[in-house]
This record gives sequence, structure tokens and C-alpha cells, in this order.
Amino acid sequence: MSVLHVTSPHVRKPMTTNAVMRHVIYGTIPGLAVLTLLFGWGTLINVVFGSLVAVAAEALVLRLRNRPILFSIKDGSAILTAVLLALAIPPTSPWWITVVGILFAIVIAKQLYGGLGSNPFNPAMIGYVLLLISFPLEMTTWIPANLTEGVAASPSFSQSLALIFGSVDRTVIDGITMATPLDTFKTYAGNDLDMLRSASVLQGSIAGVGWEWVNIAFLVGGLYLVARKIITWHIPVAMVTSLFLLAGLFYIIDPDSYADPIFHVLGGGTMLGAFFIATDPVTAATSNKGKLIYGALIGLLIYVIRAWGGYPDAVAFAVLLLNLCAPTIEYYTQPRAYGHKKANSGIAKS
Amino acid sequence: MSRQIWDIPGGIHPAQNKIQSLQTEITRADIPAELVIPTQQHIGAPAKPCVEVGDKVLKGQVIAEGNGFVSLPVHAPTSGEVIAIESRPIQHPSQIDGVCIVLKPDSNDTWGARHPIDNYQSLERNDVIDAIRNAGIAGMGGAGFPSAIKLGIKPGTKIEQLILNSVECEPYITADDKLIQERADEIIAGLEIMQWLVNPQETLIGIEDNKPDAIAAFKKATANNNIEVVVVPTKYPSGGEKQLIYMLTGKEVSSGGLPSDVGVICQNTGTAYAINRAIHHGEPLVSRITTVTGDAVKHKGNYEVLLGTPVDALLAQAGADMSAASRLIMGGPMMGFSIHDASVPVVKVTNCLLAPTTEEIPVPAQEQACIRCGSCAQVCPAGLLPQQLYWFSKSNELEKAEHFNLADCIECGACSFVCPSNIPLVQYFRFGKGQIRKHKSETIKADHARERFEFRQARLEKEEREKEQKRKARAEAAAKKQAAKKAAALANPPSDASGSPTTPGTDDVADTASNATKLKSAWASATKRWKDAEKALTIAEKNGSDQLEAFQKKVDQLKAKAEKTKALYEDAKTSAASTSPSSPSASPSPAVAPVSNDPMVQLKQASADNFKAWKDAQKKTQEAEANSADNLEALREEEATLKAKSDASKAAMKEARAKEKEAMQAKKATEDPTKQLKLDAAIARTKAKKALKALNSLDDDHASHAALKAAYEKALATADNADAALKAAEEA
Ligand code: SF4
Ligand code: SF4
Repeated sequence: MSVLHVTSPHVRKPMTTNAVMRHVIYGTIPGLAVLTLLFGWGTLINVVFGSLVAVAAEALVLRLRNRPILFSIKDGSAILTAVLLALAIPPTSPWWITVVGILFAIVIAKQLYGGLGSNPFNPAMIGYVLLLISFPLEMTTWIPANLTEGVAASPSFSQSLALIFGSVDRTVIDGITMATPLDTFKTYAGNDLDMLRSASVLQGSIAGVGWEWVNIAFLVGGLYLVARKIITWHIPVAMVTSLFLLAGLFYIIDPDSYADPIFHVLGGGTMLGAFFIATDPVTAATSNKGKLIYGALIGLLIYVIRAWGGYPDAVAFAVLLLNLCAPTIEYYTQPRAYGHKKANSGIAKS
Repeated sequence: MSRQIWDIPGGIHPAQNKIQSLQTEITRADIPAELVIPTQQHIGAPAKPCVEVGDKVLKGQVIAEGNGFVSLPVHAPTSGEVIAIESRPIQHPSQIDGVCIVLKPDSNDTWGARHPIDNYQSLERNDVIDAIRNAGIAGMGGAGFPSAIKLGIKPGTKIEQLILNSVECEPYITADDKLIQERADEIIAGLEIMQWLVNPQETLIGIEDNKPDAIAAFKKATANNNIEVVVVPTKYPSGGEKQLIYMLTGKEVSSGGLPSDVGVICQNTGTAYAINRAIHHGEPLVSRITTVTGDAVKHKGNYEVLLGTPVDALLAQAGADMSAASRLIMGGPMMGFSIHDASVPVVKVTNCLLAPTTEEIPVPAQEQACIRCGSCAQVCPAGLLPQQLYWFSKSNELEKAEHFNLADCIECGACSFVCPSNIPLVQYFRFGKGQIRKHKSETIKADHARERFEFRQARLEKEEREKEQKRKARAEAAAKKQAAKKAAALANPPSDASGSPTTPGTDDVADTASNATKLKSAWASATKRWKDAEKALTIAEKNGSDQLEAFQKKVDQLKAKAEKTKALYEDAKTSAASTSPSSPSASPSPAVAPVSNDPMVQLKQASADNFKAWKDAQKKTQEAEANSADNLEALREEEATLKAKSDASKAAMKEARAKEKEAMQAKKATEDPTKQLKLDAAIARTKAKKALKALNSLDDDHASHAALKAAYEKALATADNADAALKAAEEA
């Protein structure tokens, strides 16, 4: 008789961390597809290339840290980080942007903090913010979606490859890129309404040409995650609701200077942020009440930074700032335990 | 009538796997070749064996008596001969042994005297409760708490609900289900006895909706009484006592409290059945229904097993192929524990034996990092945050774990079940709880040890002091006697007085003074002599003696002497105070101490002086500032220099003090090393003892077992080292 000494429980739900990561990656597929349709192959190339870089970087650091390499690589968290970062950066970013961003995300923001589960900040967003601050030009110029007036087609596969890996003259790229809808809005809102109304990226659409489709795609992927119980609804709902309400409030006050709430909710990286970035379990709050607060505060910060801050989009900053607050939120939102009159809060007095 | 069901938070839906063991009727298990009956099958003190090896016993005869209030008697499960009373492996999660009475059945299964109670309503409640206690009935759901204690509520306690827990939410187990299907009437009869005992406002039966046959049986059996069958949705762990109480009544048992605090008593199905057998048939608890299941078992089903039947005998009867089993679990897959030794006996709380194959329950996957996904918190029925508890237990931050209510974890395993990273959370929680318990008892024990040590120390010091005082008293008495003699001599023959102006004793004392105590007594006696002489002088004056002058001279002499001794004593005292006072042997001679002490005192004085000077200067400057005096600059400068000076002297003093401390420590180490070593050794020994105790009392898995063992060995080694060091020091 070969009996193992294992303690209870002896049965487990067949859901593993590796599967969780895999499902999140599946969830990004609709968004990735729409981005590729609208902006060409760039994002897809970045996703694949970024994943390779991420796995290599992770393997290297695990080796240096003397940790089992294959076991950790298999959890898929490095690839997920790469995918999220690649989805967030412009499809035309040169390859070194991806490399720098991912190295920073994996090596500094994740592994140096102790690897999966121990990182206080969302690695993908750390990488993104580093890039945004260091290379603002490359990071804010997107090619317009091919639905935009006057834009014939998105770059072909070979064009995309050339844009990313070739030594293209920046001026060539600059010739075909445009400010994103959010950027455009930020530039003209409140001071040049004519320009605002005539900007091609804002023509005939509700949240900038193409972007509403991107966001809807991410929303679909996100709903898949909720349905699979990979994430709970709390963070996305709280975040989108608070963003919507705040945007609505200011839109009612001054529709000329402030974009309408739909524009905010379906513009920029809102849905990607709400379902895929802010819900990164490692860096978010975990109790249901905590998640609601956490999500709502992210929505609020996104609006504040978009409306009055120096950067056009704000998901990354908002998420990182709330990562910082997550432990505190956690301490003050402990659920009430069975048999206790009220919930404990705060930290143990020691 | 439909009743509101309060939903418990969290919960999970593991695969039921109950069908397998529901296919057959309850089978009577064979009487094995040997019954091993543990004296402890319940929570509380083990029973005391009251038979001897070689005794012939009858079925139902008491073979071990209850030992105290929280204890139960144990009965012979069948007739036969006691062949041994010894330590055997028992059903404990940490595989410890326990005292067992080994019975060789005679295969006649002859009952001893049975005393059914025909009309229990005519008896006193306490007599019925005693009958339940004497039948050895313990909660048969898992914990094994003596049922009589639960039922023996304080008079005046209002019980609103009596709940029969027939939920049986653990996968695989069908013992209650089958028992209800076949013997619902008997269970209800038992429940009615309890109803009579505690007189509740309502009596409820909680049962999960996955047992339609059992529900039907119960409905039929309760058609003519006021017992209500409440069907609850299937969800693990709704069979937890506190969870069921909440579901049926909406009441929460407060943390650390008992159900009766909220007017609820909850009993298990098997317990009700056993109570019925005990009262109506006079049969003590000698057998129970156990589910034997798992894919390695051929004849899965429920068996009526004599308590004490070795697990392997039962498995053999059920046709289990243990080479195909991945593990052997006593209890269900969620909360049961795996057993190593299949010779352990079935006891009062053994509701299931599960022998799954490797395909059925595979080897657990490797633990991964917690990704804080929160799944565990979503399913925790106690409303805890397992991921935080895990973190705190792992990093041994026990206070934080306690603050996050680790104590309220019911170890249901729901969190581990869902954890995608395969973290054995419950294992961490058990370890954490054990640590907290250990920590608490350790603190208490350490306090005791310290108190004992300090007490001993104090006693030794007191003895020393008393000895010293006796010595002093003797010296003083002698001195007094002498002085009195002298005074008498002075008063009477004047020629004598001039002949003994000083006594040799005084000089001796002063000369050979080697410590403050001696000096003090010398001072005391000198003073006394002086005072005596003074008295003699007054008397002489009154009498108009012509020897007045001589007397006066004598008094002056004595006074000078007394003052001298006093000065000497005071010197010695200060020097003694600056050295270690607790070791009299280390008391230095007064000649040495002041020298080693002097610089320190000087520095201190200098520092204080300088500080004062600076402060004065500062004050002056401030005053000047206020008055806008014209010598402000000069004053400021002065203040600055004084401050620098003060700081410098302070620093010098600090340095000196540090040095002195070092020196003192070095001195202490060289002069009295044994004391420190003794203390060290004592502490190390206590620690080792504690570690051993923890190791022995381990009710845990082997991961922490190994850790504890290592800790114990380390503590032992430390203790040995300390002892060796002490011995060496003592010899030196
Ligand atoms: S379920 Fe496991 S991985 Fe998820 S938070 Fe809880 S302990 Fe961490
Ligand atoms: S084992 Fe404890 S922490 Fe885990 S789910 Fe059950 S009660 Fe909650």
C-alpha cells in the first residue's frame, strides 16, 4: 500500500494559476483582433515579439535567482505581462521600445520584487509608464485607424515589420501618424472648438474613430473572464461607473470643454484597463468591498488625469497609484468574519 | 410551510461522489479477530481502564470509566477476553499512539445486562442525561464532544431551536444518509428524547437537497409530531455546526462562543440514533455506521462496524485493493486526514474510510506563488481572508493572523479547494493556530520559569542577608557589652578610665576594615561608645566629679573616632555601590574602588557643570536679546563655546560610561560566569522541554512535524552546550 500523507482537503478544483493566466490571455483575443484589423499587424507583431522577450528575460532572472525556471515560466504570467504591454503601446513602436518596456517590467517591476505574487505594482503598467516618460514621442503617436477619413488602409504585414524592426526614418512614420482621439480632444477642447469638431479622428464616431470598437472588443473579452470566474465584476464595474459618472457630471456642466461620458468609457484604454489591467489580482485589493473602492478610485483618477493632467490617457498612472493604496484599502475593508459583531480593520496593534 | 433559509457566504460545490456508496443496504461488518478499543474516542480526558488483562467481558460492559466531567466511559463492543491494555497507534491526525484495551472476541457476541428505560418522561432529566453519558455517547459527526454535556444545559437556559444536523455535506460520505433511509424512526425517537430534555421552542432537521430518499423518510417519520424537516441547498460546508445554525435560524454563534449562547443546540444524526438505542434499548454506544468508499474499494457501501475494529479488517471485508489506493483517508475528502497505519481502529467519530485511486484523487501539484486572486476569500464560509492569513501564517506574523481572525477558521478546506496555486492553505492555518497556541503556553511557561528563577534568587539573597544581619547583631551585642563594661569602669574607678582611652577592638575594626558592612558596625559601635562616654560625663558632671577633664577628653577622643569610622564607612559604601552589589565575593577593597570610579564621577560632574554653564549662558543671552543689550555678540560667542564644551564633556562621559559598562561586563563574566551560564542553561533546558512537548502534542501534518523536530533537536543541543559550558566554568 502506498499511502501519501497529505492533509485535507484531498480534492481540489481543477483550476490552476497557469489556467488563470491562460484564460486572461484568451480574453485579450477580441481586442487584439480589432486592433489588428484597424491598425495593421503592428500590435500582433509586438505581442509575439514581446512574449519572446519576456520569456527570455524571465528565464534569465530566474536562473540568476536560482529558481526553477520551467516551473515558473509555465505559469504564463510573463507572457501575460508582455501581451498587456504590447496591447497598450502604439502598433508602430520600434522594437527597442518593446524590449526596454518588457525588460523593465519583468526584471525590475516583477522579479526584483520577488517574482509572481510579490510585486506591488502591475509590471506591464510600470513598463508602460517608463516608456511613456522616456519616449513620449514614440509612445503617443498612433497611426489612425483605417476607418478614419482620408486614411486608405492600415500598414500591410511587411510594412508593419519594417516600421517595427527596420531603420525607418522617423519622419516617414510621423507622416502617417496622428494624435489619438483622446490626445486630440485634450489639445482642442475648451479652446478651439472648430478644430475639435473637424478633427478627422473624431469624425462620425462616438469615441474617436475605431476606438469604440477596440473598447467594445476588450469589454467582450472581459465579460468572458467574468463568466469564467477568472475575475469578479467588482473592479471593472466600479471603475467604469465612477469614470462614467464623473465624466457625465462635468459634461453636463460644460459640454464644450469636457468630453461626454461615453467618449471616456469607450475611448483610450478604458476597457483594457478595467478588465485586464486593474483586475491584475496580485496588485489589486482582494475583498469585494475593497475591490469596489479600488475600482472606483481608479475611475476617478483616470478622469482627473485625462481632464486636467499632462498626459492624454491615464489608465496606467491611475492603476499604479492605486496599486500603492491597495494594501491600505485591504486593511480597512476586511469582511466581517462569522461570529463577529463588526469587521476588524486596520493593522494588528503590536 | 416554507421557512426562510439564510445563505452562508462563500461555499463550494465539489463533486459529490455519494452515489457509489448508496447502492447497497447497510452491511453488518464482521467481528474481527481482535478489537482495539482506544480509551479516548471523544474530546476530553481519556477513560480509565477498569478491567484487567485476562478478564472476560460481555458486550456492552464498561471496560474503562469516564475520568472527570469532560470524559466518557468505554464499553466492550462484543463479548470476549481482554488480552492487552497497551499503547497502540490510534486514529489521531498526527499518528500518535494512545492507550487501548485489546479484546479478543469469543464470537458469541453475548450482551451483558441491558437496562432499557421504558418511560423516560417519568424520570428526572438529570437521570436521563446520566444514562446518555453512561452509554458513552459522543458527537458522531467528527468532533466527538460528549453529548451529555451539550444536553445538560444550565437550568433556566432557554433553548429556542434544537437542530438535528443531517446535512452531511462532505463528498463521498453517506453514513447519515443511509441511516436515515433505513432507520428514520429510531433517529426521530432519539431526537424526541433530546426534545424532552432541552424543551426547545422548535425542533428542526437540516438536510441537503441531494438526499431525496432520506428527506422522504424523515418526512414520513415526522408526520405526526412537531419536528420540521428543513431542506437546504447543497453546498459545502453547510454541515458545519455554525453554518447550519446560521442557515436555519439566521443566528450567528459569536466567535469563541457556544451555540447554546444563542439558544440553539445542534446534534448529529448518528448521535440521535445512539441516544435512542441507549434509552429505549439500554445499549451503550458500541458500534456505528461507517462509509467505506473510494475507487480502490470493491464493495463500496455503509457498514455497521463495532468500535475498535481495525481499519484493515474492515477494508479487507469491503474488498479494498490498497495497492491501487493513492492514500487512505479517515473522514471525508475535505476535512478527513490521511492515515499511515491501517491497523488503527474505527472509533466513535469515524464516519468514513476513503481509499481513492490515484486517478480519483491525484498527488497534489506543486505549490505555486499566491497570485492574490481572492478565490479563497470568495469561498470562505467564515468570511475570512485566507490569502492574508496564509501570508501571516507563513511569515509567522501571528499577531496579524490573530487580528485577521485566524481563530475563526473552521478548517473546512474550501479555500484550499479553489486555490489555483495549489497552496495547502489549511495546512498553513493549522500550523499557524498551533504556533499561536504554543506561543501562548510558552509565554506562560517562560513567565513561570522566570518567576521560579527569580524567587530562588531572592530566597538566596534573603538567606545571605539574614546571615549578615545575624553576624552584625552578634558584633553589636559584643560591642555593647564591651562599651557597657567600659562605661561602668569609667564611672567608677577613674584610674581605669585613663588606662583605656581607646579599645583595641575599635582599632582592629578600623584597620582591618575590608568592607562596608564591617565598617558600618564599627561606626555604630564607635558612636555608641562615644554616646555612652558622653552619658558618663554628664553623670560625672552632676556628681561634681573632679575627673571631669579626663572625662571630657575621653568623650572627644571617642567622638573623633566615631566620626572617622563613619567617614570610612561612607567611602566604602560609595565604592561598594559602584561595583556589583549582588556578589559579595566581588566586593572590592575601598582602596581600589574609588580610583577606578573616580574618573567617571569627575566626568559626570564636569559634564553637569558644563551643561549648567551653557544653559546659564544661554539664558543670559536670551535675556540680553530681549533687552537688546549691546554685548549680545560676546554673549552669543560665549554661549557657543560653552555649548561646545558641554557637548564635548557629554560625549566624553558617554564614552567613559560605555567603557565602564564593557569593563563591568567583562568583569562580571570573569568573576561570576557561573551565574549567567546557569541562567542560560536553565533557559535552554526549558526551551528543549517545551519543544519536546510541542512535538509530542502535535496534531498536525508531517511538514511541521519535521520543523518542530528540528527545533527540538536544536533546543536540545543548545541546552547541552549550555550545560557543558556551565560545568566547565564551575570546574575552572
Ligand atoms: S486562492 Fe490561492 S492564489 Fe488565490 S488568493 Fe487565495 S491563496 Fe492566493
Ligand atoms: S479553511 Fe478556514 S479560511 Fe479556508 S475557507 Fe474554511 S474557514 Fe475559510
